[in-house]
Amino acid sequence: MNAMLDAAAADATLDVREGVDRETIETVQAMSGAYKHGWETDIETEYAPKGLSEDIVRLISAKNDEPEWMLDWRLTAYRRWLKLSEPRWALLTYPEIDYQDQFYYAQPKSMATKPKSLDDVDPKLLATYAKLGIPLKEQMLLAGVEGGVEGDAEPRRVAVDAVFDSVSVGTTFKAELAKAGVIFCSMSEAVREHPDLVKQYLGSVVPQSDNFFATLNSAVFSDGSFVYIPKGVRCPMELSTYFRINAENTGQFERTLIIADEGSYVSYLEGCTAPKRDTNQLHAAVVELVILRDAEVKYSAVQNWYPGDENGKGGIYNFVTKRADCRGDRAKVMWTQVETGSAITWKYPSCILRGDDSQGEFYSIAIANNAQQADTGTKMIHLGKRTKSRIVSKGISAGRAQNTYRGLVSMHPKAKDSRNYTQCDSLLIGDKCGAHTVPYIEVRNNSSRVEHEATTSKVDDDQLFYCRSRGMDEEEAVALVVNGFCKEVLQALPMEFAMEAQSLVAISLEGSVG
Amino acid sequence: MALPATKDTGKGAGLDARLQALDVPDAGGWLGQARREALARLQATGLPMKRDEYWRYTDPASLNAPVAAVAAVFNPGDEAPTFDAVDRLKIVFVDGVFDPAASDDLAMAGIEIERLASAAGSDIHWAQGVFGVLEARAQSPVPRPFAALNTACATDGILIRATGRAARPVALVYVHASESSDATLHHCIKLEAGAELTILESGPAAARFTKVMEVEVGDGARFHHIRVQGRDHERRAVTHLFARLGAGSLVKSFTLTTNGRLTRNEAVLELAGPDARAHIAGAAVGDGDFHHDDTVFVTHAAERCESRQVFKKVLKNGATGVFQGKILVKSGAQKTDGYQISQALLLDDDSQFLAKPELEIYADDVKCSHGSTSGAIDETALFYLQSRGVPRASAQALMVLAFLAEAIDEVEDEAIADDIRGRLEGWLARHAAKGGK
Repeated sequence: MNAMLDAAAADATLDVREGVDRETIETVQAMSGAYKHGWETDIETEYAPKGLSEDIVRLISAKNDEPEWMLDWRLTAYRRWLKLSEPRWALLTYPEIDYQDQFYYAQPKSMATKPKSLDDVDPKLLATYAKLGIPLKEQMLLAGVEGGVEGDAEPRRVAVDAVFDSVSVGTTFKAELAKAGVIFCSMSEAVREHPDLVKQYLGSVVPQSDNFFATLNSAVFSDGSFVYIPKGVRCPMELSTYFRINAENTGQFERTLIIADEGSYVSYLEGCTAPKRDTNQLHAAVVELVILRDAEVKYSAVQNWYPGDENGKGGIYNFVTKRADCRGDRAKVMWTQVETGSAITWKYPSCILRGDDSQGEFYSIAIANNAQQADTGTKMIHLGKRTKSRIVSKGISAGRAQNTYRGLVSMHPKAKDSRNYTQCDSLLIGDKCGAHTVPYIEVRNNSSRVEHEATTSKVDDDQLFYCRSRGMDEEEAVALVVNGFCKEVLQALPMEFAMEAQSLVAISLEGSVG
Repeated sequence: MALPATKDTGKGAGLDARLQALDVPDAGGWLGQARREALARLQATGLPMKRDEYWRYTDPASLNAPVAAVAAVFNPGDEAPTFDAVDRLKIVFVDGVFDPAASDDLAMAGIEIERLASAAGSDIHWAQGVFGVLEARAQSPVPRPFAALNTACATDGILIRATGRAARPVALVYVHASESSDATLHHCIKLEAGAELTILESGPAAARFTKVMEVEVGDGARFHHIRVQGRDHERRAVTHLFARLGAGSLVKSFTLTTNGRLTRNEAVLELAGPDARAHIAGAAVGDGDFHHDDTVFVTHAAERCESRQVFKKVLKNGATGVFQGKILVKSGAQKTDGYQISQALLLDDDSQFLAKPELEIYADDVKCSHGSTSGAIDETALFYLQSRGVPRASAQALMVLAFLAEAIDEVEDEAIADDIRGRLEGWLARHAAKGGK
C-alpha cells in the first residue's frame, strides 16, 4: 500500500520536473520503498524441534543423508562449541542471543523428497526467486543484465545455486558446467557425491575450532554451495548462490566450499535477502576458498539481509567467517563485498597468502543506517615471498548506526619483499552515527612495505550544493556523492552486481538526510 | 601503609607480591585518601597480562615482577649531559630519591614548586584536584594498572603550579645510580589560565622506573614538554602522561628514546575545552634487545580542537617498535582536526614494527586521518647519495635523520631541537655497524 502511494507521489513529481529523463525517474522510483525484499513466501515449512542439542545435529545430518564421517565431524564441532564463549570484542552491542530459542533446520515441505530436476521444484519456490530477480530457469537471464550487455554477441550467463532456509532448492546449468569438468552443486549433494574432495578440503581453511560462530556452523550447517574447478579450467560462466531466509525464528547456517585447482579461474557471486520481521534472526555462515598454484578466485557478495526497521527492531544478526587460502604459488583471490543489510554484521573475509607471489585483494563497502551496526574488515596474512595485498574499505554511517573497520595485515619474517597497501575511508552522514577504524599492522621483516591510510570525513557540502543546483533533491544528491565515494569498490564488482549494488547504496541511505 | 589483600581474580597473587615489595608511604589527609582510591582501582583491574588486548604487543612480565631486574649503570662517556646548555631550574632525582644538593632552589617567578613528600602534610592543597584525578579519569575505557599503582605507591614527585609565564624551563633530571633500583615518581602540574611552562625531563631514572605526570592545562595556557629518555641499554620504564586541556590551550610533548630494554610510554590527552591543540610526538631509535612502545589515547571532547600524533621509530638488530594510537572524537566534538602518523624504518631484517592506529568517531563534521607505514631505507635514494660522493654510512644517517625530522619538528625551541639531532647523529655513528652498542 505504502509502496503504491510512494509510486503515485513520484509520478506526481514527474510533471513538475521537466528535462529530467525518464530513466532517472525510473531509477529513483525503483529505489523508493526502502527494503524491497521484505515480503514473505507463504509456504508450508517443516521444522526440526526448537533448540540445539546432539540430537538436532544428528537430525540435520540424517536429513541430508550424510555418511558417518560427516556426522562425526559435526559432533566433534558441537562438543567443542559447548566449551566456547561468544566473542564480544567487536564494537557491537546487542542483547544476549538465546541459542536454544531458535530452529536450526527448516525446509519447505515440498522439498522433503528431493526434486529430481528444476522442473519438479515447487512453483511457489521458483516464483520466490523470480520475484527476487533470480531466475532458476536456464533460458532466462539474471535480471538487470539486459540492457547492460547491448552489443555483446552472446548474453552473459550465470549458474545459480538457490538456498531457501536450510536447503538448496536447485542448481542451474549443472550439465553444461559438468562438460567443462566443473562441479557446482549443493553442499549436501557434494558430501554424498564427492566425499573425497569434501573430506580433503572441508575445514582445511576454517577449522572446526576456528571461532565460536564457525564452530557452531560446523555443527549445524544445513546446506550451502560446493564448487570444484579442475586444473587449467576457466569456468565457462559465473557461479552464484542466492540465500533466502523465509521461515521465522530460524537460523541459517550455510557452508560454502570452493576449490580452484591449479591454473583455474572462477568468479563467484553471493546474494542474500530475508523477510521483514520484528524478531532478530541468526545467520552464521562459513565460506572456505582453497586456491592452488596459478589459480584465481573472485568472490563477490552483496549482503542485503533485512536490516531491521528504523528503530532497530528486527533484522538479521550476521556472523560470518570467510577465508581464502592461497596455497600455491601465484594463487590469487579477490574479495569484494557490499554490506548494506543486517542489524549486526560481524564479518572479516581473510586471505592467507601462503604461496610465493600470491595475491589477495579486499574491496568493501559497508553501509550502516538507522540502528544498524557493522564491524567488518579483513585479514591479510603474508607468509610467502613477494606476496601482495591490497585493501580498499569504504564505510558509510548514517542515522544512529555504528560502522567499524577492523583489519589485520601481518608480514611474517619469511614473507620477504611483500607489499601491502591499505586504504580505509569513512563517511559520516548526520551527527548521531559513528565511524571507527581499528587496524592491526604487524611487520616482521624489513624488505616488505606496508602502507596504511585512513580518513574520516562528512559528505562534502559543496558537492551536495552543486548537485542540488542541478535539480537533484537532497537524497538523490547524497546517493550520488556516496556512489562516487564508493566508486573504487563498485568498479571491482562484476557488472550485474555493480548495478544492483549502486542502487542498494541509494536505498540503504534512504531517510538518512534531513 | 597496611595493604588489604586483593580479591582473588587470578591476577591477585601477582599484584599482592608486587605491592608487598614496594615501600608504600603512609599518609593521612587528602593524599592518603587519593592513594587508597587508587589502590582500589588497581585491585579492581589487577596487573596487566600478556593476553590483555592493550598489552598485545608488549609483555608486561618484567614490569609486573615484584623486584626490578638488575640493570647495569650506564656510562654515557663523553656525551654532554642533556639540556646542559639550556638555562633551566634543575630538580634532580637519584634512583627516584630527591637530591637537594644537586638541585636548584625551588623558587622561581611565575610558578610554585613543591615536593609531593612535603605536600602530604597540608590539609588543603591545590594538587588535590589533580593528583590521581586525571589518572582515574583515564582508567576508562582501557585500564592503566601501572598508573593506578603509581598513584597508590609513588614515594615522591614534584608539584608545580604555574600562575604566569615561567621565567625558565623546569628540568627534571633522573639519575640511575644503583643497578637494582626501582623508582616510582608522580608529578602534578597545574597551569592556571594563560600560564606558560616548559618541562624538560632527562635520564634513565632507575633500573625500573614507573612514572606518572598529570597536567591540568587551564584556558589559554601553554605547556611544553620535552623528554630525553636515557641511553642505558638495560633499563625498563613505564611512564604515563595525562593531560586535560582547557579552551584555547596548547600542549606540545616530544620524547626521544634511545635504547632501553623495555619502554612503554603512555600518553592520555583529553581536549576538554574548545579550540585546544595537542601535539604529541616521539622519535625512538633502538638496536638489539630494545622494545619500545608508544601508547597514545587522544580524546576530542570539545569543538574545533586539533590534535597531532607523530611517532617515528628506527629499528635494527632485532629491535621491536610498538605503536598503539587512538583518536576518539566524542559526539558533539564538531570541527575536529585529528592527525596521526606512525612510521617505522627497519634497518635490517630482524626488527619488527607492530602497530594499531585506531580511530573512533562519533561526530560527523570532522577531519581525521591516520597513516602508518613500515619499510626499509630506500636503496635508490641511498644509491643516489653515494653517487654524489656521500659515503654509505653518512648517507644512511642522513636518511634516518630526514625520516625522524617530522617528529623533531614538534620541538619549538631550535637549540633543543639541534641538541636532539646531535644526539641522534651520535647514536647513528655509534650504531652504524651491525650489533654495535
